[in-house]
Amino acid sequence: MNLILHIWRQASPSVPGAMVRYEARDISPDMSFLEMLDVLNERLMERGDAPIAFDHDCREGICGSCSLMIDGLAHGPHRGTATCQLHMRSFRDGAEIRIEPWRARAFPVVKDLVVDRGALDRIIAAGGFISAPTGGAQDANTILVPKPDVDTAMDAAQCIGCGACVAACPNGSASLFTASKLTHLGLLPQGQPERYARALTMVRRMDLESFGHCTLHGECQEACPKEISIDTITRMNRDFLRAGLTAGRAAVAESD
Amino acid sequence: MDLHSRVPSGPIELKWDKHRFEMKLVNPANKRKYTVLVVGSGLAGAAAAATLSELGYNVKCFCVQDSPRRAHSIAAQGGINAAKNYRNDGDSIFRLFYDTVKGGDFRAREANVYRLAQISVNIIDQCVAQGVPFAREYGGLLANRSFGGAQVSRTFYARGQTGQQLLLGAYQQLEKEIARGGVAMFPRTEMLDLIVVDGRARGIVVRDMVTGRIETHIGDAVVLGTGGYANVFYLSTNAKGSNATAIWRAHKRGALFGNPCYTQIHPTCIPQAGEYQSKLTLMSESLRNDGRVWVPTRAGDARPPDQIPEEDRDYYLERRYPSFGNLAPRDIASRAAKTVCDEARGVGPGGLGVYLDFADAIGRVGADAIRERYGNLFEMYERITDENPYRVPMRIYPAVHYTMGGLWVDYNLMSSIPGLHVIGEANFSDHGANRLGASALMQGLADGYFIVPATVSDYLASTKLEKIDATHPECRLVQEETAVSTRRLLGIKGTRTVDSFHRELGRIMWDKCGMARDARGLQEALARIPELREEFWRNVNVPGSDTELNQALEKAGRVADFLELGELICRDALHREESCGGHFREEYQTEEGEALRNDELFAYVAAWEYTGRDAEPRLHREPLDFEYVHLAQRSYK
Repeated sequence: MNLILHIWRQASPSVPGAMVRYEARDISPDMSFLEMLDVLNERLMERGDAPIAFDHDCREGICGSCSLMIDGLAHGPHRGTATCQLHMRSFRDGAEIRIEPWRARAFPVVKDLVVDRGALDRIIAAGGFISAPTGGAQDANTILVPKPDVDTAMDAAQCIGCGACVAACPNGSASLFTASKLTHLGLLPQGQPERYARALTMVRRMDLESFGHCTLHGECQEACPKEISIDTITRMNRDFLRAGLTAGRAAVAESD
Repeated sequence: MDLHSRVPSGPIELKWDKHRFEMKLVNPANKRKYTVLVVGSGLAGAAAAATLSELGYNVKCFCVQDSPRRAHSIAAQGGINAAKNYRNDGDSIFRLFYDTVKGGDFRAREANVYRLAQISVNIIDQCVAQGVPFAREYGGLLANRSFGGAQVSRTFYARGQTGQQLLLGAYQQLEKEIARGGVAMFPRTEMLDLIVVDGRARGIVVRDMVTGRIETHIGDAVVLGTGGYANVFYLSTNAKGSNATAIWRAHKRGALFGNPCYTQIHPTCIPQAGEYQSKLTLMSESLRNDGRVWVPTRAGDARPPDQIPEEDRDYYLERRYPSFGNLAPRDIASRAAKTVCDEARGVGPGGLGVYLDFADAIGRVGADAIRERYGNLFEMYERITDENPYRVPMRIYPAVHYTMGGLWVDYNLMSSIPGLHVIGEANFSDHGANRLGASALMQGLADGYFIVPATVSDYLASTKLEKIDATHPECRLVQEETAVSTRRLLGIKGTRTVDSFHRELGRIMWDKCGMARDARGLQEALARIPELREEFWRNVNVPGSDTELNQALEKAGRVADFLELGELICRDALHREESCGGHFREEYQTEEGEALRNDELFAYVAAWEYTGRDAEPRLHREPLDFEYVHLAQRSYK
């Protein structure tokens, strides 16, 4: 198949970028979307042009590296699919495709389609963990965990940290990302001691990182390659509210 | 060179306890005076960095991804072994030890494997305490499943994403330490060389992958947890960024490379669809419980599968291994697939595939039951191939996915360069010639959480190190060499892309040093690889500059290393005149086609010493003694 691609090119964070038109000829419908970009890059290099920078690694939908807006949709047209799992047979021959990086104030462009998602790591560092230093853990079966709880925790824990939720959100909010970690840890007995302090510190960090606020559009759960539900955001809001009223005060005082 | 394994004396079940008592400790107030550099943030690296920081050391951690959470450990699916015996089915530390030594075809160091089995139980406790959402029974207890190479059910799992959940557990502990100030994290930073001062590892040279700046970091010890080198084959199930650069450059600075030829090839992967293919995808081995493997009886039979009648089909695994049938072990199943494809009986594009057919199973138990068992795998297969496996047989083919070899380490996981520790898949230590399923995660976390924090402390407490900084002549020299070699790659301006060289190397490796090897093929590879390397340094085209994010330059450096490592792998495979585990030499097999070990001549670790460019590496041997698990031939019939 033959395609017309419009791709965002930007040499560095400090210079303006622009959409550039490319023709991609003789593309096999069996190629993955990233393999199509590989082929384009090989051809660009063969004629002495600079290849297009994009993030990718595992290419099986689990590492969360790939991050493309394809025709305005985070990770492209299919539900529950990361860009690396998307195949060219999903497009028609002769199609024009627009490929852009994640667009969000908190994700500055590094180069071309590569963005800096370090803000997501900083949200985790603000409390997205259970303080369990190595050594001295009791036997793993000492505390029983109801299966429905661990199953719901696992649904949320599947987040791959790709940032599609942020890119899809009209407000650029990282609520689905933050809420999925709060849900995962907040549903487990081991996560209870820090539960409310965690809700406060992670949400505060999210605000500091210039993410927008959640207004429950629901675009995030549509874009999420792991189909994480915005029910997690309800849990986050509940814990955050309760934390603000009660258990969290001490934690706030401590973290200030 | 002194090749001393430093295995403690005494009965095997007491060695680690005894050693832990004998190792020296660093006073809590003194720990903050030491800096440890941890390269890699996968299960081993993240666990080590977090734990060393919890102990009080200053830690710097480096990874090539944009976040430590994306290390390739994240892609592991099946599970993690532990000798908990929660099922009461006869498991024990000794049994896990025994299974692992035997599974490794008697080419691992017994004392290391025993320690791994001991620590396995602590890992599960630790991970549960961190909030890893392992699968549970309705009563709230942890669930287990069975895995290959064992008769007990000892594998803990989190759906098909066990590696992801374990890595996120370690990553979260790492972020906790980053927030506390104990760890300085350097994402998008690639280690390009090791600094050795007075015979000890004292630092690393890195490239900031965003700005291109080459920098030196000095420390009191260096820990490499940089993963395996399966991407030397170009096509593998590894992530695209997985590479051997850190361990290879450490090798060139004096670290011995152990058993490079031990590579594991997984039988059930989705076959290559075209020349453009960038990587291969694993399909769970569990599919072989219900799928039947077959190819046409006649070579070149191009009919679609539904038009090939029963009498024209060869269910070759059932025919050759009647008692194991389609569940023959990984290495046997992989080699058998290669054999039929070599006979031009393979199916699909290029004839590199065999059918995995569920028609009988669907007829027996119904499509719904099959959907319940394998629904997500069938969906994944269809997404990639656009074929519906409920209607047409799957096509599968073996693919490289793990390397048992790696830098040689002693019992303390220290390489032959004092102060350089190597953990996880990057070292050679625990799996011998073949790794059992669900053991990689166990080893990475055992090394990272429990072993290396203790042995690094012992090293620091018992070593007097001179204060140095980045202005030390040796640091300046290594940093300058790195900059020169980067500029050299950019200056060649030839006509071939980096990937074209990588693909060609991968083809040589796969054809000559893949599932089955022989002396003639290996000699051909040993002639061909230096030629390719020579052409690479003359004719590669690396666009762009060294002062920007330059993915072609990153790849070029890694492929340059693969072009050297590939040769060492072939050399090791040629010298090992026996078949064991993942290393199968055509010349050394039983009449039934089983691997034929030669314990008299080859019961040793081959540890290779780098002796200079274009010079032959020197072989050192660490003899292996089997005191507790007696040498025996594995049988699959």
